[in-house]
Amino acid sequence: MTQIIDRRLNGKNKSAVNRQRFIKRFRGQIKEAVTDAVTERSITDIDKGETVNIPTKDISEPSFQHGHGGRREIVQPGNQEFIVGDTFPRPKTAGKQGGSNAGNSGEHMDDFVFQLSREEFLEFFFEDLELPDLIKTQLAKINDYKLVRAGYTVDGVPTNINVLRSLRGALARRIALRSPHERRMREAEAELEQLQALQSDDEALHRTRIRALEEEIKELKKRIARIPFIDEFDLRYNNRIKQPKPITQAVMFCLMDVSGSMNQERKDIAKRFFILLYLFLTRNYEHIQVVFIRHHTTAKEVDEEEFFYSRESGGTVVSSALELAYKTIEARFPTSEWNIYAAQASDGDNWDDDSTTCRSLLMEKILPMVQYFAYIEISELEDKKLWREYTTVKSLSKNFAMQRIKGLADIYPVFRELFKKRQPAK
Amino acid sequence: MSKYISECSDWNFELLDTYDNEIKRVAESFHLDTYPNQIEVITAEQMMDAYSSVGMPVGYNHWTYGKKFLNVEHHYRRGHMGLAYEIVINSNPCIVYLMEENTMAMQALVIAHAAYGHNSFFKNNYLFKTWTSPDAIIDYLLFAKNYIAECERRFGMEEVELILDSCHALMNYGIDRYKRPPKLSAHKEIERQKEREEYLQLQVNDLWRTLPVQQTKKAEQKEKHFPEEPQENLLYFIEKNAPLLEPWQREIVRIVRKISQYFYPQRQTQVMNEGWACFWHYTILNTLYDEGLVNDGFIIEFLQSHTNVIAQPPFHSKYYSGINPYALGFAMMQDIRRICENPTDEDREWFKDIAGSNWIETMDFAMRNFKDESFIAQFLSPKLIRELKLFAVLDDDKREELEITAIHNHKGYQYLRQALVDQYNLGSNEPNIQVYNVDLRGDRSLTLRHTQYNRRPLGESTEEVMKHIKRLWQFPVRMESVDDKGEASPICEIK
Repeated sequence: MTQIIDRRLNGKNKSAVNRQRFIKRFRGQIKEAVTDAVTERSITDIDKGETVNIPTKDISEPSFQHGHGGRREIVQPGNQEFIVGDTFPRPKTAGKQGGSNAGNSGEHMDDFVFQLSREEFLEFFFEDLELPDLIKTQLAKINDYKLVRAGYTVDGVPTNINVLRSLRGALARRIALRSPHERRMREAEAELEQLQALQSDDEALHRTRIRALEEEIKELKKRIARIPFIDEFDLRYNNRIKQPKPITQAVMFCLMDVSGSMNQERKDIAKRFFILLYLFLTRNYEHIQVVFIRHHTTAKEVDEEEFFYSRESGGTVVSSALELAYKTIEARFPTSEWNIYAAQASDGDNWDDDSTTCRSLLMEKILPMVQYFAYIEISELEDKKLWREYTTVKSLSKNFAMQRIKGLADIYPVFRELFKKRQPAK
Repeated sequence: MSKYISECSDWNFELLDTYDNEIKRVAESFHLDTYPNQIEVITAEQMMDAYSSVGMPVGYNHWTYGKKFLNVEHHYRRGHMGLAYEIVINSNPCIVYLMEENTMAMQALVIAHAAYGHNSFFKNNYLFKTWTSPDAIIDYLLFAKNYIAECERRFGMEEVELILDSCHALMNYGIDRYKRPPKLSAHKEIERQKEREEYLQLQVNDLWRTLPVQQTKKAEQKEKHFPEEPQENLLYFIEKNAPLLEPWQREIVRIVRKISQYFYPQRQTQVMNEGWACFWHYTILNTLYDEGLVNDGFIIEFLQSHTNVIAQPPFHSKYYSGINPYALGFAMMQDIRRICENPTDEDREWFKDIAGSNWIETMDFAMRNFKDESFIAQFLSPKLIRELKLFAVLDDDKREELEITAIHNHKGYQYLRQALVDQYNLGSNEPNIQVYNVDLRGDRSLTLRHTQYNRRPLGESTEEVMKHIKRLWQFPVRMESVDDKGEASPICEIK
């Protein structure tokens, strides 16, 4: 007797435990991948999952196997022209049968590839920052999602194929590939018609020309027929992404000193500092604009790429950046419409007289307009002029935080006040 | 009025029941003998779960299953692969999974293939009858899962994971190839477990007793080997004799060994088992079509899937990845039926016993009494060799070039058949490694011996596996390789 049972409502995450164990086991490799991703990603792009590649050999499970060599005889199907006694040189890739179909998807066949979810990714990201657990959940939590159409992608599951787009693409491709042949065919046909209408003195030559043209037309028709109706290349899939539903809009200013002493390592720390502020803001605001201002002796608004990766040298005038930030706020971000946050990273060097200017700029112009201003100084040396001036600022204002940073773990304290204040409010 | 059971491609539970009844009726008319079926409908996500636990309905937790899951998930989401249509479990009742997303025709295909094809194979093939206990397997797996979870609680997850890693490395060497194992029983396992823990420890201690028992026999003992005969079941040997393992660790070695033993027949009968199941889904569904119970759309959809499954790309195709066991198995099963029903003179010469015999009886006999290698040795016909255009390539590292040693012609049939048999002989596919000696009086080291087959050396991962053995044995381990002249040379030593 057959029993039919509906098991669809049983839990589906039977493998969740094993998945967690895998991630735990290969922490090291996965973390490397996450670190790479953080360096490569844009700040505003940090908040999503990640495809992780791990070399297969790192996670393989060994077992006893035959190596190359010795004597092997293999039976294969589909003989075409071989007869007994035929010999031929050993193929170079001996022993790697079936490995020839690598890489049409841009992935290494040698890599083990999988998808890290957004939560898992953030967990790895938070790991070094030593955030308190409450903050981690607060940052990782999304209260409300909405599904938003986000155009089309070139890969996806078959159910999401967008027929219209795919066929439109196919049509365009067919037209594009066909048209040179068709143009030539029209010309040839016209020529043929002309020839056939005419009488010629040299009958034989006339006929050969007609025949040549007919041949050509036939060949062109064949070519046109050979263009495939639809190709994998034409397929388009509907893309939908989940977007969190937060409240209003904010602008975040990233100010960074790019004088010669800010090396790549320091910039990397600064990047994580900016990311953290950004992540926090995404939980609270629907639209966030990020403004990047870098400075040495003069300040300039730049895009993210230039902000983190281009190098400058020379002296440092911090107030130039503050001045520019202030002007930008005045011009583009009226406080009635925008919540303004600013984060500044520097190695603390400044032109001698400038630090006092910075203090007064902050106290009088910037701080009254911003929600929060966070400053980190990435340096080993203490007691620089700028630091002293900023300490005064801190003692006088509630929305200013600063921290001297040696490693990643020191970043979080800068935000402590900010997070505390934000929790009850909403 | 048409007699069609269904006309649209959606399925529902009543239809599943009706199809199952019809398929059962046809299967019985062909004398298929099966366990009762338990058909379970699951979602694609659940299928991924089932897939990654390598067909065990209940599995203990380990990262390797997480790795399989991630891999399946990644490829499925990217649309690189479809999920398997079916998973069937050798248990009584026989558990068959159907995936929710499939159409009615696909569900019927899976029912015929798994619930009647594989099922009857599990119940009647001699290997499965001898080596597996379908009545007890689910209980045993549950026992194993709980036991391992309990060990994790008591001794920590990392400790348990280390032992499991090492056992998995030796999984294929946890099998008695010739001695029949006792039947499984979860109940008895639990009952005997405590008893066994004490007893085992006692035995091991005895083996490692340092006081010489009888001085007089000392000289004689020195000559003696331990083990007296080489042992092929490495995990068994370790479970019983590793000097320092805790009782719970021995129990885990035992669990991995038992599960490996359970899957052993499946590895030995892949061609036959799949061939048999494909043959029956093909025959049964075509019978339903001939009887007018299913319509043209149904049979065309079915044939399309069927053709995909049994496709054999030629060796030079970019889709080629060795001989497709479904293709070879199905072709051989169809061929046996042909030889019975419409034998040619050639068949009469090659298959005196079965040419012209009753095909149902002959196929039943073949299914019951063979495994892949003997099945090919017995039933691969010249006609099929010609159809598949088989040829043999010799790759000898002593020679510069590869050589074609046989093709599908009169001279080659016997040779190709033998070469293919060799290819399906598990013994020649996996290195032959046995426990050779334990230095009882000295450093307690364990020596394994690899007996070379056609001069083939051990692969690169050998040292990694040896490290795992070292972890279990906890004293030095060595590997020697014995060449075709019988001379042993050391390959690897882990101290």
